[in-house]
Amino acid sequence: MSQAASARKWTVEKSERRNTIPEGLWLRCPSCAQMIYRRQMEANLHCCPECGHHFRIGAVERVRQLLDTGSFSPMFTTLSPRDPLGFADLRAYPDRLAAEQRKTGQQDGVQAGEGFIKGRPAMLCCLDLTFMMGSMGSVVGETVTRSIEHATRLGLPLVVVSCSGGARMQEAGLSLMQMAKTSAALARYDKAGGLFISVLTDPTTGGVTASFAMLGDVIVAEPNALIGFAGPRVIQQTIRQELPEGFQRSEFLLSSGLVDRVVSRKDLRSELARLIDYAGM
Amino acid sequence: MSTFYQLEFERPVVEIERQITEAERGEAAPKAAAGVPALGGVADGAGGEASANGSSPPADLVALRARRDEVLRELYRDLSPWDSVRVARHPNRPQTRDYIDRLCRDFCELHGDRRYGDDPAMVTGFGRIGSIKCLIVGHQKGRDTQEKLACHFGCAHPEGYRKALAKMKLAEKYGLPIVTFVDTPGAYPGLGAEQRGQAEAIAVNLREMSTLRTPIVSVVIGEGGSGGALGIAVSNRVAMLRHSWYSVISPEGCAAILWKQANEQTNNAAANALKLTSRDNLELGIIDSIIDEPLGGAHRDPAAAATQLERWVIDELTRLREVNPDVLVEERYARFRRMGSYAEQMADTEPIGSD
Repeated sequence: MSQAASARKWTVEKSERRNTIPEGLWLRCPSCAQMIYRRQMEANLHCCPECGHHFRIGAVERVRQLLDTGSFSPMFTTLSPRDPLGFADLRAYPDRLAAEQRKTGQQDGVQAGEGFIKGRPAMLCCLDLTFMMGSMGSVVGETVTRSIEHATRLGLPLVVVSCSGGARMQEAGLSLMQMAKTSAALARYDKAGGLFISVLTDPTTGGVTASFAMLGDVIVAEPNALIGFAGPRVIQQTIRQELPEGFQRSEFLLSSGLVDRVVSRKDLRSELARLIDYAGM
Repeated sequence: MSTFYQLEFERPVVEIERQITEAERGEAAPKAAAGVPALGGVADGAGGEASANGSSPPADLVALRARRDEVLRELYRDLSPWDSVRVARHPNRPQTRDYIDRLCRDFCELHGDRRYGDDPAMVTGFGRIGSIKCLIVGHQKGRDTQEKLACHFGCAHPEGYRKALAKMKLAEKYGLPIVTFVDTPGAYPGLGAEQRGQAEAIAVNLREMSTLRTPIVSVVIGEGGSGGALGIAVSNRVAMLRHSWYSVISPEGCAAILWKQANEQTNNAAANALKLTSRDNLELGIIDSIIDEPLGGAHRDPAAAATQLERWVIDELTRLREVNPDVLVEERYARFRRMGSYAEQMADTEPIGSD
């Protein structure tokens, strides 16, 4: 079996165990407070059937939602994280990594590969919130960079779906450098005439926002996603006043001129296809 | 020097410095009484004259100073990372404008981002370092309370990053090398900053700096906090002053998140864990050189610190000026491209039929 094929089988198996939402047949929507049937919510792209609230989803589910069925060829799956700093807070980084790897069945918090969006070939890279809050360490940074380079080489449109707490503290300075690395790679992709669609989902903050996520040729955001440089708590502590309603949410960014479009999950796939068509890629 | 701001770990040297101050005063007073204007704080050379009361404080002074230097050398030799952060934040530590004043004779400041405003936390302008014409960009923390408030303690807003980029493009246009001084706890986390696109401003700087066809060198002169620091440090060469720090987050921020609280103990632990000192950054390959500071830190002798800094900048720029712009861009790309540490298991390296 080829490496890609075995990785694909593996991701499908794991996706069944993936769980970002509390267990149980029924759950209460945090937005409209309605009791909703889990199966129905999942069938609705993990959105509340009553109010449309977007539940957070992992990268495997995201890939499944965006790409044509069976078209995903995972790439860069041989990368795995190390502990270059010997980092330990209340828990040692290697232990934390091992626990996250057991929990998610993944090496790190990112899925990347080629696939088709409504028949259009594209390079897709999705950060994974379920793995250490989607934080960007060396593996995420390297995977994003290689995705950009691959798209540059093959002239593919590039879609990166971001959801991240920011740079990964456990890799400290090396995480910080991933911001420069990914951004520099995007400069080359840009020069080569590529189309980079950056999709911002709840939440996208810190070093991810301050690098590739805000560098999209077109930036779209899922509704009501928290998007910002600093977290709301940090800002509140700094300015010592109440933050306005909806601050740092997608719609706020839209009205501030920072994103192009706010797009519901159900429309995202066709929206991506449409943008690729307009760019003629 | 008597009102010198003292760091906790410098306590052993406080008493000695007090004695030195007293001895200096004792020496100066008779002269002042005799109508000779005393030069406050200028102690060197005073040892040559015997004082009026016949004893010989100069000998004491020499001994005291030697003792102070010895203690300082001891204290600063193995500074803990957290203490290093404290030195980096010392209120008397030279800032961007101090270095500009010492290094450039004819600094021509350029203001404003042409879009929103002029951020005093980011200083930009043309200047000559040695004989080299260049563009200087640096964070400014502010010296007195008023300036500190205006500069938000060195936390730049989006307009600061945009101003920096606009001036750097100017430098590229005229073939001037760029020198940046990094000294920020982080980019400003506030309402207006978010609304005006703090993240976008930094991200664009990272992308655009990687393409500038002119040499860029950076020195972390104090604090190198996160994206706010990197936003002007995508450079061909990066150095740190020995007692500065550079990392993805401040020790307090890290402690608050990973240790759930920021206090003396957790800040200390976080500072250790983050590997934020100049030596750590050199080992990790994040910086290229460490610039030595005068004994007891740059704040004790700003002139000496400036001289060291100037030497490094001139050395690097002299070398880089000879390099073709295409190569400069290529090298800068490669410099950041290789950053990171990960394992890569080769997919098909298992020898076939080995068993």
